[in-house]
Amino acid sequence: MKLHEYEAKELFSKYGVKIPPGRLALTPEEVHKAAKEIGTPVVLKAQVVVAGRGKAGGIKAANSPEEAYELSKKMFGMDIKGLTVKKLYVTKYVEVEREMYLSLIIDRATRRYLFLASPVGGVDIEEIAKTSPEKIKRVYVDPSVGLRDYHIRSIVSWLGFKPGTPQWQQAASIVQAMYRIMVDHDAELVESNPLAVSKEGDVIPLDARIIVDDNALFKHPDLEKALEEDPRDVTEFEAYAKKIGFHYVELEGDVGIIGNGAGLTMSTMDLVYHFGGRPANFLDIGGGASREVVKEAVKVLLNHPRVKVIFVNIFGGITRADEVALGIKDALAEAGGTTKKIVVRMKGTNEELGRAILAEVGVPLFESAEEAAKKAVELARP
Amino acid sequence: MTVLVGPNTKVVVQGATGKEGRFHLQRMLEYGTKVVAGVTPGKGGTTVHGVPVYDTVEEAVKKQGANASVIFVPAKFAADALLEAVDAGVELAVVITEHIPVHDTLRAVNYARARGVTVIGPNCPGIVAPPVRVKLGIMPNSIYQTPGKIAVVSRSGTLTYEISYQLVRAGFGINVAIGVGGDPVVGLDLMEATLKVAQDPEVEGIVVIGEVGGDAEERLAKLYAEGAINKPIVAYVAGRTAPPGKRMGHAGAIVMLGSGDAKSKIETFRSVGIPVAETPFEVPRLLAELLKK
Repeated sequence: MKLHEYEAKELFSKYGVKIPPGRLALTPEEVHKAAKEIGTPVVLKAQVVVAGRGKAGGIKAANSPEEAYELSKKMFGMDIKGLTVKKLYVTKYVEVEREMYLSLIIDRATRRYLFLASPVGGVDIEEIAKTSPEKIKRVYVDPSVGLRDYHIRSIVSWLGFKPGTPQWQQAASIVQAMYRIMVDHDAELVESNPLAVSKEGDVIPLDARIIVDDNALFKHPDLEKALEEDPRDVTEFEAYAKKIGFHYVELEGDVGIIGNGAGLTMSTMDLVYHFGGRPANFLDIGGGASREVVKEAVKVLLNHPRVKVIFVNIFGGITRADEVALGIKDALAEAGGTTKKIVVRMKGTNEELGRAILAEVGVPLFESAEEAAKKAVELARP
Repeated sequence: MTVLVGPNTKVVVQGATGKEGRFHLQRMLEYGTKVVAGVTPGKGGTTVHGVPVYDTVEEAVKKQGANASVIFVPAKFAADALLEAVDAGVELAVVITEHIPVHDTLRAVNYARARGVTVIGPNCPGIVAPPVRVKLGIMPNSIYQTPGKIAVVSRSGTLTYEISYQLVRAGFGINVAIGVGGDPVVGLDLMEATLKVAQDPEVEGIVVIGEVGGDAEERLAKLYAEGAINKPIVAYVAGRTAPPGKRMGHAGAIVMLGSGDAKSKIETFRSVGIPVAETPFEVPRLLAELLKK
């Protein structure tokens, strides 16, 4: 779950970090009121959970409540990378002296927490890594030891602060807050970019990003509720897919893909691409999928406007070929037939039963995934 | 011999009375695995397929001499189940469960490793060794009937079965297959598992199955280039067509921070002299060519 900037900043604030005054607004009237209360100049920031909002026109400064009102009318309803702007965060404009980068992630290789710190910030970490990798400092924290003063010293001095100054104290408390947010809220990412030094000399997280582990949401009912009220980047369809019990990712081609297991499904996409076709999606029905789940999966692709051919690739262990075949049969029956072609390759448990069921509805079963992939690609050609 | 498991491996199944646990306990028994106990809190004193069930792992270890555990416990309780197994004194724990919170995994896996316990998973198919007929996991028994000298090490489940099946069909036998798991943080990772099987004198060739996300493939390639692995390796990497920033089913399969994409993994393997199959079906041919040399 990706937290909005305003939610992330509320958390930072809860952990004692000073953030610029701000209000959430849902209408131009609320924007006007917020700008008046905070005092102009203000910045209007579109609350959409994608990176690069600024470049896409999602961040604008206003010098008066009236200007904020007018600007916000254009910003509400705006599309930013496929997401509609419904919320604006109105925040006090901060004059900045310099911008830094600070984030906290989990490092897979060392199985430790990892701070990434750079005295230059305001651009993507990917960009910093490309243009000036020597600027990025990595500080690892072992979960069994926790965050210690020497970690903090290492980060804060790298960011360019002098020990004993008020700025050092502020930066140190931000490092501590980020670590506590990470651990207390099961976060995968806690990021402040830019972390800024204002003209007044305060160290302030100008932007804040937090991603919480979806698997841990059951521990955080408040976040679960917030996600339900505002699904943000989770499309209605993805939410539906999750409820039914499969993983779905939209791609751009015309060969619909259904597989069991993430690796095999990805490999099926790659196979279609290898033979000159273009996968339309990633759809993993998981292990031991029932007839019902398979039916829903096939229906999704039958109703998908871009999909010309559906390629089902199943390697059964706990997934039974007869259940899969019945699911396909049910989906076809419910749709009352289709003009789309279906190509199936199944291997494993109850393969013969599956073959017989598919023969009834005129769907051919392939022995080899390669032959099946070639056929699917051929059928998708105009 | 095979790595990690052998004739003396005595297995306790945690979550033995659940649907998954019950089903796979039976398959493991059928394969030949010495499943000596099951554990489900509150179900102590009952049996599953003739195997005694206990309330705690400690009892299973004391009364039946269990030294390895397979965990089918639901995600909310799985990390605790792993900690319990470690404290009870098992040497190997295989965590099948998917969707465990990553911070929970982080703590439990580090705890296990600090005490010298090998953890395979979470979110994995487990380990199977045809020469000794031991399986701790959920792989289909039918594919692992031909013992031999090839080790398969993988981040994927079904793709492991698919490639193992293709290998057997082409005339190879399997020494061991290890699915290390699809989560961002796992116990034994792809690099460590490969290093482990490479040290087994019985293993003649290794098939490594990678996928998008993380840098285990890159670390493995580096180790290989340094000469730490002196066995022939053929690799396959799934997810060339995976878009960046999207999670491809596995929690760990995500291209992030400008790294982890399949293309760079494939190039890295090739740059150190590890052949990479274009499709899973090309693996046996590449392996045969490599072993002929």
